[in-house]
Amino acid sequence: MTFEELEQIAAETRENREKSPRELNVCVAAGCLSLHSDAVKKSLEEEVKRTGATCRVRGTGCMGLCSLGPLVASEPSGQLYKSVAAADAAEIVKNLEGAPVPRLLCSREQPFFQRQNLIVLENSGRIDPEKIEEYIAADGYRALVHALTEVNPNEIVQEVSKSGLRGRGGAGYPTGLKWGTVSKTAGTTKYVICNADEGDPGAFMDRSVLESDPHRVLEGMAIAAYAVGATRGYIYVRAEYPLAVKRFGTAIREARRLGFLGSQICNTKFNFDMEVRIGGGAFVCGEETALIASIEGRRGAPRPRPPYPAQAGLWDMPTLINNVETFANIPSIVRRGGDWYASIGTKKSKGTKVFALTGKVRNVGLIEVPMGTTLRQIIYEIGGGGPEGHKFKAVQTGGPSGGCIPEQFLDLSVDYESLRELGSIMGSGGMIVMDDSACMVNVAHYFMEFCMSESCGKCIPCRSGTAQMFELLTRMTLGTATARDLELLEELCDMVSSTSLCGLGQSAPNPVLSTLRYFRDEYIEHINEKRCRAGVCECGSTVGVTA
Amino acid sequence: MSKATLATIWLDGCSGCHMSLLDMDERLIELSPQFELVYSPLVDAKVLPRNVDVALVEGSVSSDEDEHKIRLIRSRARILVSLGDCAVTGNVPAMRNSFPVDALLHRVYIENATLQQQVPTERLPVLLKRVRPVHEVVTVDVFVPGCPPSADTIYSVLKELLAGRVPDIAALSRFGI
Amino acid sequence: MNPAPSVKTLMIDGKDVSARADQSILDAARENAIPIPTLCHLDGLSEAGACRLCLVELKGTPRLQPACVTLVEEGMEVTTQSPRLEKYRRMVVELLFAERNHVCSVCVSNNMCELQDMAKQLGVTHVRFPYRYPRLPVDTTHERFTMDHNRCILCTRCVRVCTEIEGAHTWGVFGRGVDAHLITDLDIPWGTSDTCTSCGKCVQVCPTGALFEKSKVGMQSQKNPDFLNYLNEMREIER
Repeated sequence: MTFEELEQIAAETRENREKSPRELNVCVAAGCLSLHSDAVKKSLEEEVKRTGATCRVRGTGCMGLCSLGPLVASEPSGQLYKSVAAADAAEIVKNLEGAPVPRLLCSREQPFFQRQNLIVLENSGRIDPEKIEEYIAADGYRALVHALTEVNPNEIVQEVSKSGLRGRGGAGYPTGLKWGTVSKTAGTTKYVICNADEGDPGAFMDRSVLESDPHRVLEGMAIAAYAVGATRGYIYVRAEYPLAVKRFGTAIREARRLGFLGSQICNTKFNFDMEVRIGGGAFVCGEETALIASIEGRRGAPRPRPPYPAQAGLWDMPTLINNVETFANIPSIVRRGGDWYASIGTKKSKGTKVFALTGKVRNVGLIEVPMGTTLRQIIYEIGGGGPEGHKFKAVQTGGPSGGCIPEQFLDLSVDYESLRELGSIMGSGGMIVMDDSACMVNVAHYFMEFCMSESCGKCIPCRSGTAQMFELLTRMTLGTATARDLELLEELCDMVSSTSLCGLGQSAPNPVLSTLRYFRDEYIEHINEKRCRAGVCECGSTVGVTA
Repeated sequence: MSKATLATIWLDGCSGCHMSLLDMDERLIELSPQFELVYSPLVDAKVLPRNVDVALVEGSVSSDEDEHKIRLIRSRARILVSLGDCAVTGNVPAMRNSFPVDALLHRVYIENATLQQQVPTERLPVLLKRVRPVHEVVTVDVFVPGCPPSADTIYSVLKELLAGRVPDIAALSRFGI
Repeated sequence: MNPAPSVKTLMIDGKDVSARADQSILDAARENAIPIPTLCHLDGLSEAGACRLCLVELKGTPRLQPACVTLVEEGMEVTTQSPRLEKYRRMVVELLFAERNHVCSVCVSNNMCELQDMAKQLGVTHVRFPYRYPRLPVDTTHERFTMDHNRCILCTRCVRVCTEIEGAHTWGVFGRGVDAHLITDLDIPWGTSDTCTSCGKCVQVCPTGALFEKSKVGMQSQKNPDFLNYLNEMREIER
């Protein structure tokens, strides 16, 4: 594959679309699918066929505003229709040429769309994720061809370093540094792994990227493989994402067909191929050493580091492991340069970040904003604020490893360091907004239950400590806890975070610690007054019954 | 100096800890000038006095009666000692905690009984849902594990406590044995 | 033949010691009679890094590091005893006791148990956390040995000895979190396992009364894992 051939495919694809420019793009990613967008698509197709209208009906990826799904975009006018039902098909098709259907209109001018800066999601909702040609027409694979034919691996590593990109899986390790380590480590065989074991409650960023634009991730992985000298890649996707597995599988086959995977890619000496590995549903397999064990066919349990996977990873070979969003950033960085990427974001956190915005906020969905955007902008401008009659209480970031941030910090910019300072973490990008209907003790209880059931059971602090913390929190929610229980809970938080083997245990106390930090009075109320101000816990009513 | 008042209490346990206490033999005589035994299954006193300096508690908290007793003792004792594994860990009595009380009583009084198969209900303390070590019910000042703690251990603990010192239990005893 | 590994000098608890570059902090400490508590570690088996008792402080490193898997480095300054470390170690033991049903007084390994010893050594006289009292099975199906899940601390020594020394791969871990437990083969009764060679190595390395030989009580049930060093030495010579 050469630039000329790429250009030819792109031109043909564009030409075909221009021949009959009218199209209806139906989101068929998980969010809208769960609202039966497949039925909407089918109904639109039938309607087009019945009326003989000149219009293509395409399935595309996520358009972001999931709470108003199913979403349908009418091109070339750019009109966006919200909450479309199968029964609306006739009306939409009838009005293809005339005025849009006002009842279903969803303005693209609203801050939800205007405030975003799309890099990772630039193709989401615009291309058919199952057609490689459409990705190519959107400048896809140009970065890979450029890398393979015009620069050497070290230059790619330098470019990624220059971009300031940091791991989007949560910890924020500098990506360029990691690539450099793997590329310099001696090894006969090296591997590239994409961590798509996204498991935080409320997080669906990686899922959406894989369902909406799988080739972007594949291209990022291939470039990474070239940069570090790997010949084999794995993408580890959880089994709960069947559509992502299917679309990525399709993407691999399509990429092989066009020679982006296989041997002598782009007529160079570079050989690289990859396969999908499906996770069995253990959250801990998102931890890199557990993930590697799982790919090797062993029990998904973490092992102590060092050695880090960069030195001894999959089958003890040097292994580069990055998350979906990290790889998805790569094609743009290679295509547009590290300097361009580094111009976005803050001093230490570059580029954009995708968040899954959920909870008590009007606009629930997937957003991509530059690092440094404030939480207030995200929640109130993009998210449209909370529902009427309720007061904002906290925003939870980082899932079960993160924490709850109260109102007084909403003007802080979102980046790795500032979130950590507040006792939370960036995490993979889950963002759950909570109002006064949420009880913070109950929130901590929920996340502790998650960590307890998802602990692998290998090390004692995490296995037994999370169970003890869960028991103590349960007592609080039931109104049977004493001040002594709170002391024990705090002691356990310190011990479990200081002594656990892997990140799961080390960060499991975070939801408790951060709620204790900002909402200690709620804990005290549960203990001393047997009262839950949000009315979520049954601590007052049941105390006489259980005793 | 007036004598210290000592009480010993027997909750859900096998009385082995009290036997071990008696095993101190002549050392009981050595210590006896320093304390007065005001309440104990070993003496005739029927009423727990108001001010107890040291209370030795054998056994776990298994019934409503145990719970009532331990709370009363806690309110009247200056230093409360959990004596032996049943008081400290729940030990053998707590082995029933993995089963529901109803199932347990049924097994003992119906399934395995050869005569008069019936679950006793009258004039008997009601079993708690779970057997608990003493410190899960009231605050405990000194823990003396062991099944039973040896006479030497009890002697050392008593001697230290009567001298107004806190004994170093870890050096003296351990769980089990 | 591999070149001789280089020698590092480091400081453990203020004492200057030297160690081969391929030695762990734990090895180096024990060679120099500096005790570090462990439960999952056993000389002759691979390391699990699971019990967290051997965590030590390293100067210049914010996180505590497990001595069993951390290799010595030149100029390292290790602290093996501190109020913080001792507190965490006691908590580890408390968590283990609260997790399952360790009724020492009626356990086969009473007075010959590493967990019991550890509690005494670390000064754990009672457990502050609520006991969980899970209902756990006892597998008596093997003709010579018994597995009592009530006493298991999931140190996985049995799993490792079965895999690494005997090569039978009979033992494995099943389930997650507090529900994780040992299984034989694909979760079948031990007595019906056709991979088990009945060698008894798992019993000898078990630190508690979880694995024991039937009809052996009291001093007879004393475990003896010394065969590991012997076997490993012989294998080294074979190579």
